[in-house]
Amino acid sequence: MTDTSTSPPGREVEPPKEERPGRLTRSLLPLGVVAAVVVGLVLVYTVGGKEPGQVTQSIATGLLLGGVYALVSVGLTLIFGVLGIVNFAQGAMLTLAMYLVYEIVVSGGVPVYLATLLAIPVMFFFGVVVQAALLNRLTMAGNEEGPLLVTLGLSLLIINVLLMVFGGRPKRVPTSVDGSFHVLDAIVSWERLIAFVGALLVAGALTLILRGTSFGLSIRAVSANTQGASLVGVDVRRIYAMTFGIGSACVAVAGGLMAPFLSLTPTVGEQFTILAFIIVVLGGLGSVIGAVVGGLIIGLVQTVGALYLPGTGSLILVFAVFVLVLFLRPQGIFGVKQ
Amino acid sequence: MTVLAERSPHVGSDDPRLKDRSTARTCVALVVVLAVAAVLPLVVDEQTETIAVRTLIFAIMAVGWNLMSGYGGMFSFGHAAFFGIGAYTDAYLLVEHGISPWISMVVGAAISAAAGTIIAFLCLRYRLAGAYFALATFAFAEVFLLWVQNLDFLRRTEGFNVPLLPANSWSMMQFEQGSHLYYWIPLAILGVGLFGTVAFVSSRVGQYAQAVRDDEVAAASLGIPVMRVRLLTVALSCGFTSLAGSFYTQYYFFVGPEQAFGSAVSVNAIIPAVIGGIGTLWGPLVGALVVGPLSEWIANVLREPPAFLDFLQGVTGLDVAVYAVLLIVIVLFMPKGIYGTLRDRFRP
Repeated sequence: MTDTSTSPPGREVEPPKEERPGRLTRSLLPLGVVAAVVVGLVLVYTVGGKEPGQVTQSIATGLLLGGVYALVSVGLTLIFGVLGIVNFAQGAMLTLAMYLVYEIVVSGGVPVYLATLLAIPVMFFFGVVVQAALLNRLTMAGNEEGPLLVTLGLSLLIINVLLMVFGGRPKRVPTSVDGSFHVLDAIVSWERLIAFVGALLVAGALTLILRGTSFGLSIRAVSANTQGASLVGVDVRRIYAMTFGIGSACVAVAGGLMAPFLSLTPTVGEQFTILAFIIVVLGGLGSVIGAVVGGLIIGLVQTVGALYLPGTGSLILVFAVFVLVLFLRPQGIFGVKQ
Repeated sequence: MTVLAERSPHVGSDDPRLKDRSTARTCVALVVVLAVAAVLPLVVDEQTETIAVRTLIFAIMAVGWNLMSGYGGMFSFGHAAFFGIGAYTDAYLLVEHGISPWISMVVGAAISAAAGTIIAFLCLRYRLAGAYFALATFAFAEVFLLWVQNLDFLRRTEGFNVPLLPANSWSMMQFEQGSHLYYWIPLAILGVGLFGTVAFVSSRVGQYAQAVRDDEVAAASLGIPVMRVRLLTVALSCGFTSLAGSFYTQYYFFVGPEQAFGSAVSVNAIIPAVIGGIGTLWGPLVGALVVGPLSEWIANVLREPPAFLDFLQGVTGLDVAVYAVLLIVIVLFMPKGIYGTLRDRFRP
C-alpha cells in the first residue's frame, strides 16, 4: 500500500534515473504526468498570451505553495495508507498547530522556527492520544464511517475551541526572517522557501523512517496486512497510535512553517482538509512520494490557473483535476489498483 | 391497524415474512406525532416557533440525508450541494423570472436529483466506498460553492434577496411575519418525507437498497441491479433535500453561497441523523429535536451564566463545540444513535 519503496522524494520534478525492470510499467505514468505538466507549462509560456515574467513568477509561487500542500498531505496519506481512515480533522489540526506555535512565540518569546520544533512533540502526543482514546476501537472494528464522523466532530471541536479561546480576529505570528530574493524573473520570499525546503526534508525523513527502521517496517507491515502483522507480534494498536501521531506531527511542521505568511483565524486550516484530500487522491492513497508530487501539481495548477481565472476561480481548476482523476485513474498517479 | 397495512400497496406481498404490521403501526404513530406537532404553534410564543421552524429545516435535511446514507449506505458529506441547488433554484427563478416558489421547488428537486445521480455515478463507477465516497461528495459540494461564487448570473458572492410583497400570497409562498404557515409548510414537507421514507423502506427498491448496503456482492449475485438501485436512492435523497433549501430561501428572504453551499450545511444534514440514529425512521427527527434548540438553549445559558460558567460569557463557538462533543460521544458510545439505542433496549 505505501509506495515508499519507489524513489526518495526530492527528486520528483525530474524523472527517477535508475529503474528496476519490474517497476518500469508502473513508473511510466508518473513520468507521463511530469511530462504533461512540463508540456503544459511550456504551452502557457509560448501560446498562453501572458508575459513570461508573470508566468515564471506564478510557477515559482506554485511550486512553493505546492511544497506546503505536500507537507499537509503527507500526514494525511500516511494515516490513510496505514489506518484506512480519512482524517477529516487534518485541516483543523493544522490550525491548532499554528495557534500553538503562535502561543509559544508570543508568550515564550521564542523565534518561530524554534517554536515549530517545540510544537512537534506536542502535536505528536496529541495525535497519539486522539488515536488511542477515540479512534482505535473504531479502526480495529473496521468501521469506516465512524472514524470519519469522529474526526469531523474533532474538527468542529478544535475550530470552535480555538474560536472561544482566541476569538475570530486574525492574528499574525511575529517573525525575524523577512524579505525575498530573485530567481530568474521571479520574486521568492524566504519564508516560503524555508517552508518548501522543510516540506522536502520531512518527506525525506519520513521515507527514511519507513524504509530504514524496524519501526518503519512495522508500519509498512500493518499497512500491507494488519492481521499478518499482528500474528508476527506487531502491536497493531500501538502502530496505529504512533502513525496518527506522526501524521499529526507532520501537520505541526506544516503549521509552524506556514504561520509566518498566513494570518491566523480559527478556520484558516479548513480549506487544507479538502485540498490535501484531493492531493492524496491525485498522488495515490498511502503514497508519500505521491503526496509530494500531487502537492506540487496542485500548487502549480492553482497559481498558473490564477493567471487566467482570478480569485477563487483557479480552485475550480483544482477540482476539475480532481474530477478528472476520479474519472480516469481513481487510484491516483502512484497508486496500485485494488 | 391491519386495514392500513392491507391498503398499502407495498406491504401486501404473499410472503408472510414481509407481512409486517409494524409499518401500519409506524404510520399511525407518524400521524399522531405530526398532528401534535401541527397544533404546537397555536400554543407557543413566536420565538419558540422560530426555533421550531429551524428544527424542521434540520429535520427535512436529515431525513433526506438518511435515505441515501442510512438506508443506502452511501455516506454523503456533501449534502450542501443539494440543499444549495434547491435554495438557488428558488431564488434565481423567483427574483429573475418571477416564477412561483412551488414550481421552483419541483424544478429544484429535479435538478438536484439529476446532479446527485451524476455525482454518485461518477463516484460509484469506481467503487469508491466509505470515507472515500464521503470526501468525494464533499469535494463536489465545494465545487458548487466555488461555481456559484464565480457565476455572474447567480450574483457571485452577493446572493439573492427575495422581494417583499405587499400582501399575503399563496402562489408566492409569502405571508405576514409570524404567520403559522411558515411552520406548517415545512411540517408538511417533513411529513411527506417521513411517509415517503416508510413507503421507500417497505418498497421493493428500498428493500434492494438495504440489501445492497448490507452486502453488495450477495445482492448483485441475487440479480439486484446494484447501480440502478443505488442511483435511485441517491436521486430521492437529493431531490428531497433540495426542498429544505427552497423553503430556506422563502423563510429567510435571503440566500448567499455560504448559507446554501457551505460545508456547515452538509454538517447540519449529517449531525441530526447521526445523533438520532442512522438508518432509522425516527432518528433524524429525534436528532433534529436535540440539535435544533441546542444552540438557542446554550445562548440562553450564556446570557446569564451560572457562577461556575462565568468565564464563558460573551464567548462565541460554544454551541458548535457542544454539538461536536455530542457527535463524538454518540459515535463512540451509541453508534446506533439515541433512537436506535433506545429501540434496541426496549425491544423484546
